[in-house]
Amino acid sequence: MTAISPSTVRVIVADGSAAAGQLDAVRALLEKGYAVSRVRSTPAAAGPDDVLLGSDLLPETEPASVLAALGRLRSDRGLPEGGAWKPWFPVIDYTRCTNCMQCLSFCLFEVYGVSGDKKIQVQNQSNCKTECPACSRVCPEVAIMFPKYRHGPINGEPVNEDDIRREAMKVDISALLGGDVYAMLRDRSARAKSRFSKERDDERALKERQTCLATLRQSLDVPAEVLAALPSPDEIRAKAEAAAVRAAAAVQQATETERHGDRNL
Amino acid sequence: MAGQILYCHCAYARVVPPETKTAVLEGLLRQDVEFQAVPDLCEMAARGDARLGELAAGGPLRIAACYPRAVKWLFASAGVELGDADAAVCNMRTDTAERVLDRLLAGEEP
Repeated sequence: MTAISPSTVRVIVADGSAAAGQLDAVRALLEKGYAVSRVRSTPAAAGPDDVLLGSDLLPETEPASVLAALGRLRSDRGLPEGGAWKPWFPVIDYTRCTNCMQCLSFCLFEVYGVSGDKKIQVQNQSNCKTECPACSRVCPEVAIMFPKYRHGPINGEPVNEDDIRREAMKVDISALLGGDVYAMLRDRSARAKSRFSKERDDERALKERQTCLATLRQSLDVPAEVLAALPSPDEIRAKAEAAAVRAAAAVQQATETERHGDRNL
Repeated sequence: MAGQILYCHCAYARVVPPETKTAVLEGLLRQDVEFQAVPDLCEMAARGDARLGELAAGGPLRIAACYPRAVKWLFASAGVELGDADAAVCNMRTDTAERVLDRLLAGEEP
């Protein structure tokens, strides 16, 4: 799991300082992971992660010198480099989410979890596989966004009726692949093994596997690197079963909580 | 709507056109306005960065970032409620820099 820093170092740039109007300087700071506050007057007090440009802590104003000084500061405070982790993870639109737990059942990387009040939530953002939006494809309510995805509505565009119809078609993996995705992977794997043993045709087995993965890639837009990094079929089955059990338990508890609430009304 | 201006540089992806980001940032720097610029709202939300809460609590926000639905729920994922009345989100993925700047600077006194 990628380590995520607890806070962003902020550089405060007051009007009148040499860097106040310098596009290159401000852009360089942002691209290295520093926040920038442009203020009209020097603040009387600053937070623990604030650095005032032109102060004793950061006397330099040339972009390269500023970045070097901030790098030393960040190192001294034990903060990681900006950009060490590409922030790619699902974001749930709770106005659409129905708490069906399909995403929890589907994700093999334990990105999702259940809150104390039995609601689905994203708990392990850095477990998510960069560029993989597959869980949003299986969400029947188009409730999962990846803000850095290329296309709508997964990127956060407003959801319209066409999107719902289109996503529903993609959700119908059963029709597309002849079973749930994990069952399909297992069956294909078993069939490939069987053919391999009968025909001793490793090329054919490999081709079969490639065809299967290509179908997955196209239907769910899963990057090849993610498919290549998938656990073994046995591990996938175990993870999928564990996730399904967690999802079912969460749904059952949520239903019971709801019933209990209704009885108390 | 007067208030704070927040600019997201979306530093770790290429989904916001670079020319739009540059023009918006340059436009803000040319104006005599206070603003907050952050490297990447997604990253801050994932970390549950306390600055998001400070920004939301500091009065109405005008945000230059991406799709409003994504921005609203990114804040929510960090435990920060962003009411529609408290925040106007300008979308640098789809809007022109001029339109974004017009909305960000509306109500600002020179």
